[in-house]
Amino acid sequence: MKRWETVLVILLIAICVINSLASPYFLDVHNLFDSTQAFTEKAIIALPMTLVIIGRDIDLSVAAIIALCSTLIGWLATLGVGTAGLLAASVVAGTAAGAFNGALITRFRIQSIVVTIGTMSLFRGISYAVLGDQAYTSYPDGFDELGQGTLWGLVPYELIVFAILAIVFTVVLHRTVIGRRLFALGNNPDAARYSGIAVDAHRFWLFTVNGALSGLAAAFLTSRIGATRPNMATSWELDVIAVVVLGGVSIQGGRGTLPGVILAVFVLGMLTFGLGLMNVPGIMMSIVTGLLLIVAIAVPLVIQRIVPRRV
Amino acid sequence: MPKPLAETPVLALEGIRKHFDGVRALDGVELQLGAGQVVALIGENGAGKSTAVKIMTGIYRPDAGRILIRGAPVELHRAQDAWRHGIAAVHQETVMFDELSVAENIFAGHLMRNRIGLVDWSGMRRRATEILRSLESDLDPDAPVRTLSVAQKHLVEIARALSHDSQVLIMDEPTAALSAHEIEELFVIIRRLAARGKAILFISHKFDEIFAIADRYTVFRDGSYVGAGQVAEVTQDELVSLMVGRPVTELFPKANVAIGEPVLEVTGLSSADEFDDISFTLHRGEVLGFYGLIGAGRTELMEALFGLLPVTRGEVRLHGEPFSVRSPRGAIDRGMVYVPEDRQRNGAILALSVADNVTLPSLSRLSHLFLDAAAERAMTGQIVERLAVKCAGTGQRVADLSGGNQQKVVIGKWLATRPQILILDEPTKGIDVGSKAAVHGLISELVQDGLSVILVSSELPEIQGVADRVVVMSKGRIVRVLARAELDARDIVTAATGVAPGPEPRA
Amino acid sequence: MLIAILCAMVMAIAVRAPVFLSAASLDTLITDGSILAMMALVQMLALITGGIDLSIAASMALVGMATALASRAHPGMPVALTVAISLAMGLGLGAINGALIAAIRMPPIVVTLGTMSLYRGAVFLVSGGAWVNAHEFGPGYLAFPTDRTLGLTHIAWIAAIVIVAGHVLLNHARAGRELYALGGNSSAARYVGIDEPRALMRVYCLTGLVSGLAGYLWVARYAVAYTETALGFELQTVAACVIGGVSTAGGKGGVLGCLLGAAFLVIILNSLPMIDVSPFWQMAISGAAILAAVIVNSRGEARRGKVILQRATAKETA
Repeated sequence: MKRWETVLVILLIAICVINSLASPYFLDVHNLFDSTQAFTEKAIIALPMTLVIIGRDIDLSVAAIIALCSTLIGWLATLGVGTAGLLAASVVAGTAAGAFNGALITRFRIQSIVVTIGTMSLFRGISYAVLGDQAYTSYPDGFDELGQGTLWGLVPYELIVFAILAIVFTVVLHRTVIGRRLFALGNNPDAARYSGIAVDAHRFWLFTVNGALSGLAAAFLTSRIGATRPNMATSWELDVIAVVVLGGVSIQGGRGTLPGVILAVFVLGMLTFGLGLMNVPGIMMSIVTGLLLIVAIAVPLVIQRIVPRRV
Repeated sequence: MPKPLAETPVLALEGIRKHFDGVRALDGVELQLGAGQVVALIGENGAGKSTAVKIMTGIYRPDAGRILIRGAPVELHRAQDAWRHGIAAVHQETVMFDELSVAENIFAGHLMRNRIGLVDWSGMRRRATEILRSLESDLDPDAPVRTLSVAQKHLVEIARALSHDSQVLIMDEPTAALSAHEIEELFVIIRRLAARGKAILFISHKFDEIFAIADRYTVFRDGSYVGAGQVAEVTQDELVSLMVGRPVTELFPKANVAIGEPVLEVTGLSSADEFDDISFTLHRGEVLGFYGLIGAGRTELMEALFGLLPVTRGEVRLHGEPFSVRSPRGAIDRGMVYVPEDRQRNGAILALSVADNVTLPSLSRLSHLFLDAAAERAMTGQIVERLAVKCAGTGQRVADLSGGNQQKVVIGKWLATRPQILILDEPTKGIDVGSKAAVHGLISELVQDGLSVILVSSELPEIQGVADRVVVMSKGRIVRVLARAELDARDIVTAATGVAPGPEPRA
Repeated sequence: MLIAILCAMVMAIAVRAPVFLSAASLDTLITDGSILAMMALVQMLALITGGIDLSIAASMALVGMATALASRAHPGMPVALTVAISLAMGLGLGAINGALIAAIRMPPIVVTLGTMSLYRGAVFLVSGGAWVNAHEFGPGYLAFPTDRTLGLTHIAWIAAIVIVAGHVLLNHARAGRELYALGGNSSAARYVGIDEPRALMRVYCLTGLVSGLAGYLWVARYAVAYTETALGFELQTVAACVIGGVSTAGGKGGVLGCLLGAAFLVIILNSLPMIDVSPFWQMAISGAAILAAVIVNSRGEARRGKVILQRATAKETA
């Protein structure tokens, strides 16, 4: 398992070396910190998504939750709610949306992929119903600090929040009883249930937390781009899932590490940044992500085929 | 009358070997099937019978050895190859597609086609009806299989085997889920097929069946061939000692433990569809056996006691206090634990380590939020030593252990919760003889320590050897309760197959 | 059940806006619904085996763009050649999915998520990010799909052919019946000798093949090709299947249900403006419909316990 993280570290170093050789602007502290803004919101959602996928579920509605929460805070801003209120509202709304997912999945025993395809339409649909082809663009003073502000003029607040959350999630997954139970239920939900683990309660809370952090990401994103449109963050759910899978988490559940996912976040982030410096259009990143995803999963499977299992 | 073996067997295995991930499943086994004969394949669970069946039907490929059809070696890559060579099987696992119809299940994998290559539904329906009629069944070929009973599904499997018009018919434990009456009907069919010149391989654990139906026998032990001969020239004891390779008496160590006060009292417990009006009492230091056919509702009853299945009526008292359980957690906290029948699905988490498995149900006791590695190590070490689990280390994946050691880990994880009542559901199914004896020894030890054990088992000798009393279930109800003194194999089986319900179903 | 809801819905819409039932309106409905119906049908093939194909919309965009570029370069290109190219390209894209899923045994969701990104990026790569606009296409290219034979557009006829072929495959061909067996119980399928890799390869080749054709039809119908063509359409096809009672766990689903699911989505989309509801409500309503459908389905098959107890009325037939 640790081997995969090593591959990611080598990949990350290689990307950084190539980038710095290709562009003199890469190894600039300001540029580097600045570049993290492009992926921090996705990275924040990737943390709880890792737990969701290890728990053998999937959540396709995260990007729609962003649109929903952003719409809510856009509307609240027109009523004169302050920055702190907007941040809180976004997280609360995200939590509620996540809990809604979790409740449907556990209460009616429907596969999470089906439920979240539905809520993905529903949440973003509400945003469309409210906004149509309009946008919210006015926010209280100081709201832009949330997503654009930096500590000492250098480290973005978003990145600091991500770093703190990354540590918390890593500890929870790898050092606590909760994490151990997650791996158990992701590997074999039946056996986990027979072992006295409240499987459905765990799954419910995973979706709730996933929603909460999507709400947080929504506040950051809205602040950073200074506008709410119903089509914001379109298909981010797939980017987030791709980064989690690239981080070595098995889509079938029960296997993966958070350090791996965090490394994958930076691998993809630095790659995007590098391509941007080389004036490669952003959509090309889509090809790279797709290829990396397939190669990352296929290679170990092919190796497993060719090299017979040790006896 | 035993018939002499034909000059060339219809099907023969020669020196077949098969390994799985380094575990030897078959080591040079021999088998010969002659036309018009019923050959019984005998061996303990894990002796390699099912693996041999899978090799003869193209599911597995042997590592070494030859498969001969009428003396000519053949290679079987997939099920279709076996069918083409006239070999068909009724597998131990139900190979059923619940959403599909009876007719389609019968022809699964070789759906009949008409002239333009489309599925010939009417022809298939007609042929299915014919085959079912030859089995004296009036099942509707259009009925979805999910609506059928276990016995009916079984019949569909036999019909599927017959649909190939094969010369060799393999039946892997075909009677396990059947009532005495249904078994008799099956035997009529088998005799008729043998009379038509088919070679039949009959696999069963039940000696009365073997003596009733088979002409010849072949015995496997631990993946090896140990002998063969005419059924008429052998006694049951001789077969048993061939099977286990040592005298039977060592297998089921009995412990004489004073039976104490009642610890678990169940009264009138019922569920929606699985069991009805169940009443029994379990005492301190007692081993209470639950015997019945597969599908008699025993597992479901145990799952209900453990909070995995909702009950509709009835009362459970634990140590004299009312006990209402809605989740396994509640049962575990009150000292009652359940070792499920399906070890790999419900018991162990195969991809995790021995240590992670052992500590899983006890995590909340070992640590509050953060994992306590030292406490976990201590607990795992203790369990591994006590149960003599053979593993490379407590970090080894459970998937890489043998079946017997996997079972020890599963039992161990429950013992680690320090229970007072241990429910074991088919604890020795599919594990080797040595581990089996270890499990039986452990049961004795546990009751000596004052635990109470419920033992669900379909193996009569095990029940007879280990249990103090036996509750016999049939079709979701308790039909007999027998004390050790009156344990008689025929009584138990008769009760279980629902022929003559016993007098007073109150334990 | 779904039929009843659909009828009620159509009637309710018709009462508020009688124009909905006019021939012209129904004609638009059928033409608009055709691509969704045929794509939902092939999506169902993947779902029946317990898989999913998320790359179909990206395949459509890629093939659509490729044929659009070809048409711009050679405006006189015969339609038959365009169709042949789109089928061949679609098949190729599907075969890539199939090979990864069947030969390397990767989970379909991961493979098609990856190829979705890949194919979508490839659209940009071949087009340089530029649009191909209505006036740049060859005349035959744009005309064929919306031309009529016997009163119906060719898009509708093609969809009808795909649907009939799908029906024959799923109900009257071995290869189709094997998909149900595979999705229902894959280990049992092995016992009866069903060749899983081959069946999966076929399924993903088919989804690719039809995506290719649908890509051309889509681009021609809307007379524009760009990188975001049919963005998010893959989930609409899954939604149509789910509403139509297809199980994402595999083994269950029929052509009729799938068509009804597609019809449901298309009717909502097309009727909203007629009954004075902002079309921006469409997405929220279809989301709510998906959830309602799966909740109803989940209750229908609520815990089917093993029936052990014999009811007095139960008759033993064995």
